[in-house]
Amino acid sequence: MTTTTPVGEDGVKRRDFLYVAAGGLGAVGTAAAIWPFISQMNPSADVLALSTTEVDLDGIEVGSEITAVWQGKPVFVRHRTEEDIERAEDVVLADLRDPQPDADRVIKPEWLIMVGICTHLGCVPLKGQGDFGGWFCPCHGSHYDTSGRIRKGPAPSNLVIPPYEFLNDTNIKIG
Amino acid sequence: MSFEPKNAAVKWVEDRLPITGMLHHALYEYPTPKNLSYWWTFGSLAGVMLVVQIVTGIVLAMHYTPHVDMAFTSVEHIMRDVNFGWLLRYMHANGASMFFIVVYLHIFRGLYYGSYKAPRELLWWLGLVIFLLMMATAFMGYVLPWGQMSFWGATVITNLFSAIPVVGDSIVSWLWGGFSVGNPTLNRFFSLHYLLPFVIVGVVILHIWSLHTSGSNNPTGLDIKDKQDSIPFHPYYTVKDLFGLAIFLIFFSVFLFYAPNYMGHPDNYIPANPLVTPAHIVPEWYFLPFYAILRAVPDKLGGVLLMFGAIAVLFALPWLDKSRIRSARFRPIYKQLFWVFVADCVLLTYIGGKPPEGDFILWGRIATIYYFVHILILLPLVGLFEKPKPLPASISEDVLAKKPAAEETANA
Repeated sequence: MTTTTPVGEDGVKRRDFLYVAAGGLGAVGTAAAIWPFISQMNPSADVLALSTTEVDLDGIEVGSEITAVWQGKPVFVRHRTEEDIERAEDVVLADLRDPQPDADRVIKPEWLIMVGICTHLGCVPLKGQGDFGGWFCPCHGSHYDTSGRIRKGPAPSNLVIPPYEFLNDTNIKIG
Repeated sequence: MSFEPKNAAVKWVEDRLPITGMLHHALYEYPTPKNLSYWWTFGSLAGVMLVVQIVTGIVLAMHYTPHVDMAFTSVEHIMRDVNFGWLLRYMHANGASMFFIVVYLHIFRGLYYGSYKAPRELLWWLGLVIFLLMMATAFMGYVLPWGQMSFWGATVITNLFSAIPVVGDSIVSWLWGGFSVGNPTLNRFFSLHYLLPFVIVGVVILHIWSLHTSGSNNPTGLDIKDKQDSIPFHPYYTVKDLFGLAIFLIFFSVFLFYAPNYMGHPDNYIPANPLVTPAHIVPEWYFLPFYAILRAVPDKLGGVLLMFGAIAVLFALPWLDKSRIRSARFRPIYKQLFWVFVADCVLLTYIGGKPPEGDFILWGRIATIYYFVHILILLPLVGLFEKPKPLPASISEDVLAKKPAAEETANA
């Protein structure tokens, strides 16, 4: 059967070409068919629509903190005391595992807003505990300071600052 | 012919678990009659559709909520919010119809070529079991979107069991998990709708195992006698099946992309309302012949029995058909009766979709009676009195006798 197929000068038979072409088209078709089955597991439109959260700061006393929910995650909104701010600003950056000045972590120094998820393995740290007056993660013992920076324990980096903006003096939009 | 792996790793596994050899035997060297027509493609197409239904179904279950308050909206969530959700749901909904189309053609192929006859009785039975499981799965799947047709379809079908004397009402209440179709019903239907396809996979494996024990039937109905009659499954039938699949997928795509709701009912886009029944309630098209038989009988229990009987008699087919000739090609009278039977089934499907009034009732009864007359009376009698045409000596002889001229030009 193969003896009747014409062979080109380079030794490539018509059948070889058809074989590769059909296989190639089949691979492209298969990839196109698989795409929707992978894509369906990504966040759906209604989940994406909930990507911002507004928080009213009015009523959060100096020295207290609330936890807002943004994209299903806890966000710590802390009204820092003068003492907290001083402590955060006085730190020698060279001592930090993830060096970042306090000024880079806030828009207004009295409001510290950050995602309340430990950068180690995702637990929610407890406020007012630990060796640095900030937060302490009970899962594996990470200590964060009053700016939410990692100081001690297994976590590799500081608590994440979400994108947010002040809509006015007492309202912020996270996301 | 045994399988000798060349790759050392494959050989290592093969010595401990001979799965590669088993697959090689089933998909590669399996000796297949060399004269199979495209009517033999529908078995593999049914297998493909089972996989499509399972894969799309698993994905849909990731987004669906089986609760009476949320089921309907979760389906709309799939249609609007989930990435490609509309595509996946339409694939699954139309896929059910496609599955039944190929399975019905597969069954009629078996009826025409006598594929149910010895030694393939068990193969035929396993096929009917798959068919029954498919009907149960499709019915429960149709309930899940929790629209008006879902709810009232579930109510009507489960009420069939209330026809059973004495214990009927207790059975229906047990099926529902309550005193009407409700949340417990939806939850168990979802659970079973997820389970049954995997049971089908198990029976399909037995079906294929049994097929490979007897070997495939073929258009002549003759057994394979020597090497001249068969060719290896790969590449000849893998390629033929793939080509058939490509054509079939075009057909599937026409519905999927241009008429995705053609085979559904608009009423199922109305959320289920236990207080109002839709004016015209019909099952999905693939249940219509049986629905027509149910309604042909003016008695509750009689109708239910006859409907289940319509499938039960198919189990007896290998013994009802007295002819020893398999293929209708060599059975001049049976061949004509076969087409009358096909027309009768089409008529039943048509009647099943019409309201039970006027002439439709009469025609429904005539078609129902003929269905049973064909299987229970005509089939045994024809087998006894029909004079078959002379059979060719072998599959090979039949193939060569057909196209001697074409064969020569191909070899030139």
